[in-house]
Amino acid sequence: MAKRVAIVGTGQTFHKSHRPDVNGQELINEAVQRALVDANLKMKDISAILIGNMDHFEGINYVDCWSVDGSGGVMKPVIKLTTGGTTGASLAIGGYHMVASGMFEKVLIIGWEKNSESDTTGAITTAFDPIWDRQVFAGAISGLAAEAQGYMARFGACDRDAARVSVRDRKHATNNPHAQLRKEVTLEEVLASPMLADPIHLLDVCPRTDGACAVIMANEDVAGKICSVPDWIWATAARHSYTYLGDGDWGRLTSMEKCSKEIWKKTGIKEPRKEIDVIEMYQPYSFAGLIWIEDMGIVGHGEAPQYIWDGNTDMGGELPVNPSGGVIACNPIGATGLIRCAEAAMQVMGKADARQVPDVNFAVSTGFGGCMWTDMLLHGKKKPN
Amino acid sequence: MADVFKGVEPMVYNSKISVPYSWWAGDTASKFFISLRDDQKIIAPRCGTCGKVFMPPRKICPACFTENTEWVDISNEGTVISYSVARRQLESIPVDKKTPVIWGLIKLDGADTALMHYLGEVKPEGVTIGMRVKAVFADSRTGTIRDISHFKPVK
Repeated sequence: MAKRVAIVGTGQTFHKSHRPDVNGQELINEAVQRALVDANLKMKDISAILIGNMDHFEGINYVDCWSVDGSGGVMKPVIKLTTGGTTGASLAIGGYHMVASGMFEKVLIIGWEKNSESDTTGAITTAFDPIWDRQVFAGAISGLAAEAQGYMARFGACDRDAARVSVRDRKHATNNPHAQLRKEVTLEEVLASPMLADPIHLLDVCPRTDGACAVIMANEDVAGKICSVPDWIWATAARHSYTYLGDGDWGRLTSMEKCSKEIWKKTGIKEPRKEIDVIEMYQPYSFAGLIWIEDMGIVGHGEAPQYIWDGNTDMGGELPVNPSGGVIACNPIGATGLIRCAEAAMQVMGKADARQVPDVNFAVSTGFGGCMWTDMLLHGKKKPN
Repeated sequence: MADVFKGVEPMVYNSKISVPYSWWAGDTASKFFISLRDDQKIIAPRCGTCGKVFMPPRKICPACFTENTEWVDISNEGTVISYSVARRQLESIPVDKKTPVIWGLIKLDGADTALMHYLGEVKPEGVTIGMRVKAVFADSRTGTIRDISHFKPVK
């Protein structure tokens, strides 16, 4: 009964810091309508809907019900799925499971966020243990700062290395009309921007964004009829790690390492650096652009700064990372992981326009969540065996 | 049951997290609220495909999945579809409303869906499904659904 699965259409809003002209349902609808047009499908063709966003961000608990005007979910099976920062990537993996099971032919997957409607730090703090960590810790950025400090101390990197990652992503974003921040920044501007949590400067970190993304997955019986070049999902992996902040290996992202190893093993990839053509990484701040490509096995521990400085991850380089501009340029959190998936799919399908990497056979997309967990998908042009 | 607590000093931590929300109404709802605030006029969008008129207003027809672009004037009068009475002064009841508070689903003439609002100037025992009611506008209007104070029976 199990089926191979492909992405056959994607849609995104033009993401902005705030969208006062639409409510959440209307924002969702923009992405859904674009995905249907991209796949040349109608709402009646969709078998089921999977939707998610961040808990507590808009203060609407039953988003699956409330959103039906926008999602098209009236009288269809709708499931909500939310896993914090990884939500968008978990939605993609959940949609893959639904279609792969053989029980749903075409699934519409929606991630969305109206970050402008609440206090992100207050909401994210509810992810942490109330008796222990919450008493002394708040928000998302302090955990990232601890990771960056650990990495710098252990592997000798510096804030200038990280700034190079911000410069790359912000430059890439100028090619993406959907990105929120579409202006280049310089190394000096990054290093001179206000310090938020040492060593993270304002221009090292993601913005808050209003936006939505929709992805349509179909099974192998119909994918090839819907579009000429479907994006086949080769493998997925997900790892959660700790309960308490002190459980983490600060300076390494163990969940990324485990996900990558699982995917390379499942698909027979021996040299990811050579075999992967593009990565859309959920990289919420610049230091992650160093640390996590090491954990992914692209380069060895401590080797990322030189690899990045040599331009290997720039457009035109050996392995471009975040042609979309990534999360540093745009972060509607519940949509962010799904945008990575959609952007990777567009690279495989040859639909990435000005941000297209030539001849993409394999693309990787990832999701990241505040408790240092990882989701990962391998996308391919060839139908998997 | 009391034995469970013998010798236990329960430690409890209270939350201090504050998550304030502010929701953008969006252009569609804003058009309705501006008309209510400035003109005391109730307007609603109509689906160009199936003709359904939505109250509260919505941008997309959920059945046809097309955008509603046409607006129509609808009546201040309508029919009670169903109702309920709150008899305890819970925190969720606005401070200016004293129990018993009556909620009604009111289908205004010209609309195809019912609006949730307060029924006033009537006792709970005087309310019936099917009764005719009329909007009473608030004296001070700020662009919210409470620019309608309540619906009262049509004599």
